[in-house]
Amino acid sequence: MQFMLLFSRQGKLRLQKWYVPLSDKEKKKITRELVQTVLARKPKMCSFLEWRDLKIVYKRYASLYFCCAIEDQDNELITLEIIHRYVELLDKYFGSVCELDIIFNFEKAYFILDEFLLGGEAQETSKKNVLKAIEQADLLQEVSTQSVTSEHLCKCIATPQ
Amino acid sequence: MPAPIRLRELIRTIRTARTQAEEREMIQKECAAIRSSFREEDNTYRCRNVAKLLYMHMLGYPAHFGQLECLKLIASQKFTDKRIGYLGAMLLLDERQDVHLLMTNCIKNDLNHSTQYVQGLALCTLGCMGSSEMCRDLAGEVEKLLKTSNSYLRKKAALCAVHVIRKVPELMEMFLPATKNLLSEKNHGVLHTSVVLLTEMCERSPDMLSHFRKLVPQLVRILKNLIMSGYSPEHDVSGISDPFLQVRILRLLRILGKGDDDSSEAMNDILAQVATNTETSKNVGNAILYETVLTIMDIKSESGLRVLAINILGRFLLNNDKNIRYVALTSLLKTVQTDHNAVQRHRSTIVDCLKDLDVSIKRRAMELSFALVNGNNIRGMMKELLYFLDSCDPDFKADCASGIFLAAEKYAPSKRWHIDTIMRVLTTAGSYVRDDSVPNLIQLITNSVEMHAYTVQRLYKALLDDISQQPLVQVASWCIGEYGDLLVSGQCEEEEPIQVSEDEVLDVLEGLLVSNLSTPVTRGYSLTAIMKLSTRFSSLNRIKKVVSIYGSSIDVELQQRAVEYNALFKKYDHMRPALLERMPIMEKTIFSGDGIFTVCLWSVFPVLQANDLLDLLGGNDVVPIIQTTVPTKPASAGGELLDLLGDLSLTVIPPMTAYNKNGLIIEFTFERSNPNPNIAVITIHATNSTEADMTEFVFQAAVPKVCSFPSCILINLLFMSWCIGT
Repeated sequence: MQFMLLFSRQGKLRLQKWYVPLSDKEKKKITRELVQTVLARKPKMCSFLEWRDLKIVYKRYASLYFCCAIEDQDNELITLEIIHRYVELLDKYFGSVCELDIIFNFEKAYFILDEFLLGGEAQETSKKNVLKAIEQADLLQEVSTQSVTSEHLCKCIATPQ
Repeated sequence: MPAPIRLRELIRTIRTARTQAEEREMIQKECAAIRSSFREEDNTYRCRNVAKLLYMHMLGYPAHFGQLECLKLIASQKFTDKRIGYLGAMLLLDERQDVHLLMTNCIKNDLNHSTQYVQGLALCTLGCMGSSEMCRDLAGEVEKLLKTSNSYLRKKAALCAVHVIRKVPELMEMFLPATKNLLSEKNHGVLHTSVVLLTEMCERSPDMLSHFRKLVPQLVRILKNLIMSGYSPEHDVSGISDPFLQVRILRLLRILGKGDDDSSEAMNDILAQVATNTETSKNVGNAILYETVLTIMDIKSESGLRVLAINILGRFLLNNDKNIRYVALTSLLKTVQTDHNAVQRHRSTIVDCLKDLDVSIKRRAMELSFALVNGNNIRGMMKELLYFLDSCDPDFKADCASGIFLAAEKYAPSKRWHIDTIMRVLTTAGSYVRDDSVPNLIQLITNSVEMHAYTVQRLYKALLDDISQQPLVQVASWCIGEYGDLLVSGQCEEEEPIQVSEDEVLDVLEGLLVSNLSTPVTRGYSLTAIMKLSTRFSSLNRIKKVVSIYGSSIDVELQQRAVEYNALFKKYDHMRPALLERMPIMEKTIFSGDGIFTVCLWSVFPVLQANDLLDLLGGNDVVPIIQTTVPTKPASAGGELLDLLGDLSLTVIPPMTAYNKNGLIIEFTFERSNPNPNIAVITIHATNSTEADMTEFVFQAAVPKVCSFPSCILINLLFMSWCIGT
């Protein structure tokens, strides 16, 4: 996967994860063009399109578009499953997720994504494990913000699986 | 200094802005506050401030002044700081700026941190945006973590290694030892990422590929377990156990089995098993089937398996889900060359997809349809394709038209069918056909001698309907110019001949000349056509009038033509019939590339005293017809029409004796014109070496066969001198 974008039906960006090095300007240009292209698609059209030399896989969940750019050898259908898995993770974490959750907790959305994908590939195929890791990390964060000597607690939490 | 506002508070505030300007103002105010906070080196609120900055960055506002702050956060001991710091680094920093290198040391420390979640952050960041320099520095640490027993870290390290290899391929070797027992892991996360790592290595290095071939049995076993094992709640997706892992293994098997008989054999059974046992009601099952089909087609599978794969694709084509149909068409396109017959069986389904609403599916179906056309199905297929051409989007029309022409040329069952098909394309998508189709069509029509009357009649009728499509108009003009006599005399055999008078035909052609819809090229065609009709029609006066009017046309091309035609009428009327004769059958030339055909109107120097030539020369009964023996060569894309000119540029053609009989010696010498190298000057010396006079010497020049796009070849003679042997 080269990048993943989440945007609303009005074209507002809610999350952008880039796995290829591009300048800010290029990212903005790509985002703008791609958002326009995807928003112009009619509802009955298929979830795949060719754009530049990439394959774009997108799916709409409620008011949010999830859009991934994959390479030629990647499997489009399984990418749809990846998108779906990510939505399920968000759903489980936030409890019936909606766009507002992602707007107000965007950093959490990133953390969850980073526990699920790394470098554009899935690192964990078990939903339970991803959520467990996030839970633990959140706990660690809470602990570290309370000025208790977190070192000891860190060691407890950081037990190998 | 009051505490900076919280992130959520800021988000809420910004969302209340009703205009872009209002939002910008809020943002600017907050940015200023954040900047001063950064300046004060405030550790407590740095995290909060950077988070706010990241939000504003996502809205599209500049946030580069936060880059160094991210680095400070990463260096902090607090987990919260690190989390936001690494996120900020991934969003704000990129490898083009040297600042990112400052991260290297922090990451190195964090890779060795006692808390696995911190290590995880470091691995994630490195694997996501690590530059080549960073990768080089930290590859050793990653390699270490690849060997750890902590599966949480191991899986991340594997993907991080993938990134390192992508950035610095030379480092691939160092990860080899760590891959030894990656596949014996039970943990699916590690298995999945290991397979990704192995795939990456095999794709990049043929040595690695041969080395890892021995893993095929193990991979087959893992895949088998996934399929055969019972319900596993942790990895289940709609009744399928870990589809992500299955797909990745299938992909690795594809790479390992390609071109290798033994490996392909070893995976044969499992592929058949997956292909037949996978549940197809949901997308996830189809995703696995799709990958399986790709693998079967790429490795050296036995024919039964290949047929199975194509049939799966055939079933996909009938699926309600358009994504599945799309994927099927894409795969069939890849396999149509190698498994042509198997794909042919699904032809009707593919043709149905031409009527799909989705643009991507239509395009795929079109490409596939063209690939499936052959001598047997040409009539049926062409009907569908022409219908498609009628109704498809403009983006498709050019490609579709070209495809139809090619298919028609290859498999036309009869000349009439061929011409009818072309007519249909010209009338439905006439403005979208490519430029080179006009000369190709003219050649085709010229060579179908028995169809001339039919063709010109049909083209004439088409012109009456619509003169806006230029390629159609051009071909029609040319044909009317050539075969106008057949049109008027009503000689058509193939269909009911129409009654049309010379004046009506000239009306149409003149109409083209004055119409706003006609391009300059089209006007040139129609003027020439009118001129040609001067030898086929009897309405000479009308034609002369038209030609003389255009002698003062603003369009230089038209003007030149008209002036030359005028000259033909006035001074060279005796040459007119010969010059405007029917075009001979043209030999097919194959053009290099798909070049745009540039026609070069070939004109030499203006005539000087040609009449004198006729006066002085008294010929005898011998009337030698001198034919230019120019070498016929294909035109290069966009280049000169006749390679004659090209030849002259490089070599000097030696003079030659074209005729030497009965005392008449005719010699040709060749040279390039001095001011304009595009003009070839051929000098003909005729010498009478006998004692007697030669009378009635007639000079005729025939048009070279290489011209496949003739509008009018005008040959002017430069009379030099000649000697009469005394």
